[in-house]
Amino acid sequence: MALARHPDPAWRGRVTATVVCLLLLWPMLVASEFKPWLLLDAQSLAAAGGFLSDFLRPAHDAEFLAMIARDTWQTVAIASAGLTLALLGAIPATFVITEQLSLSRLGTGRMRVSSRIVRQLLRWVLVFLRSVPELVWALLFVRIVGLGPTAGVLAIALAYSGMLAKVYAEILESSDAHALDSLLANGSPRLAALMYGGLPESSAELVSYTVYRWECAIRGSAVMGFVGAGGLGQRMDESTKMMAGGEVATMLMMFVLLVALADIVSKLLRRRLG
Amino acid sequence: MKPSPPPRSLGTPLLLLGLLALVVASFVSLDLQWAAFFAPDALGSAREFLAGFAPPETTPAFLTKTLGALWETLAMSLVGTLLAVIGGLLLALPASGRFGGVARGFTRVLLNVLRSIPELVWAALLLVAAGLGPFAGTLALGVHTAGVLGRLFADALENVAPQPEAALRDNGAAPLAAFLYATLPQALPQMLSYTLYRWENNIRAAAVLGVVGAGGLGQMLKYHLSLFQMQSAATVVIAMLLLVACVDAASFALRRALTR
Repeated sequence: MALARHPDPAWRGRVTATVVCLLLLWPMLVASEFKPWLLLDAQSLAAAGGFLSDFLRPAHDAEFLAMIARDTWQTVAIASAGLTLALLGAIPATFVITEQLSLSRLGTGRMRVSSRIVRQLLRWVLVFLRSVPELVWALLFVRIVGLGPTAGVLAIALAYSGMLAKVYAEILESSDAHALDSLLANGSPRLAALMYGGLPESSAELVSYTVYRWECAIRGSAVMGFVGAGGLGQRMDESTKMMAGGEVATMLMMFVLLVALADIVSKLLRRRLG
Repeated sequence: MKPSPPPRSLGTPLLLLGLLALVVASFVSLDLQWAAFFAPDALGSAREFLAGFAPPETTPAFLTKTLGALWETLAMSLVGTLLAVIGGLLLALPASGRFGGVARGFTRVLLNVLRSIPELVWAALLLVAAGLGPFAGTLALGVHTAGVLGRLFADALENVAPQPEAALRDNGAAPLAAFLYATLPQALPQMLSYTLYRWENNIRAAAVLGVVGAGGLGQMLKYHLSLFQMQSAATVVIAMLLLVACVDAASFALRRALTR
């Protein structure tokens, strides 16, 4: 017996939906200059071919490797220094914006208008700091302080202080407020109340978020080099522009290794501290 | 009798010392230009630099150009995500173990490599083949996101109940039909929500991708900053912030509507 054909009962709807989607997609393809055939013309094939064949012979002379090692360390150092500066900004900001540390809130549950305004203003500043992408901060700082790691450190410091302060405050506000409230209600100064009432409750979470951000900062600082903010990225940018495929291959491997290593270290640290 | 004090572990102080050493070594080895910051005229020159941004450029011609770049950024993110869905699905089939363990291991390694190289690095590399402009950025978004989505899709396909597909196959359905009608519909909702989430990420990424020359708002920002046209740059940064804020608001609203 011949197999009976069973056409898709919903084929009309499916075909119509596909055609409509393709029609909607058309202006998008035009705007993104989607021309895959450009990849296949002789000139770009030759360029890509030369670049890719170099990839198979990663550069590995001692001098180059030493340079890569220095740049990799610079990338890690930019991330660590940037995060340290970010903490210098984020911790005081957290102290100001955390609602549980408000004295006027005690008892009445309503904050004084002036303290509400101060908190909201600082929150807006923090929103601004973290909404500008770190790469744009880096680009701006390269214009101010010139090429090099200083721009990367400052970019990470600004962008991450906004993120850290927001999340720190959220962690503190979502933890159990009982200890903190009783300390404040009995006349403890705010700093002491935070230290003895707030931190023990949520220190593990705070530390593990900070370590996670350090890992993000390493990835970010490697990428920021592409706008001239030092480290591995800057070297990779130069080598790509010179079409030195072998050097780029070595650096890509180093980059993947670095990111994997930061991931492992951060997991270990978080398990140990968290 | 006094209870003996709890044992002190040596690990934590050592760890803290190590972290402190890392931070000190970072600051020492970086040769940061602190001098430029604490020079007496630093504050003045910083203020001058900041004042250069105000007021943002608002001539109609420039605003139209910025809108064009905004549209280009959106288009890059959408087409890039679409490419990533196609590529991710093609890679997810072997990566979910349909063609044997060797193919699975190999594709998973490939997906890991695609994923661990950031979009921006892909864009810089693809400029060699695709030339300056949004096409390189679109491809870069597609390649990186294909790595991310491929892995998520593969996990989703692996976690689907296998019985419906087996039942169809036992009754004589072709392999492709059995996959399309039994396995894919089960994984589809999860795959769609991963895709939407990545699209949101890609809009943000597309906005800055241009700083290496890969189109969109980023390219415009880089161009005007390198000519020291700060007022034009300010307009572009504001457009970026607006774009990100709109995406955040839309995703927040969508999530609330979906989870209600």
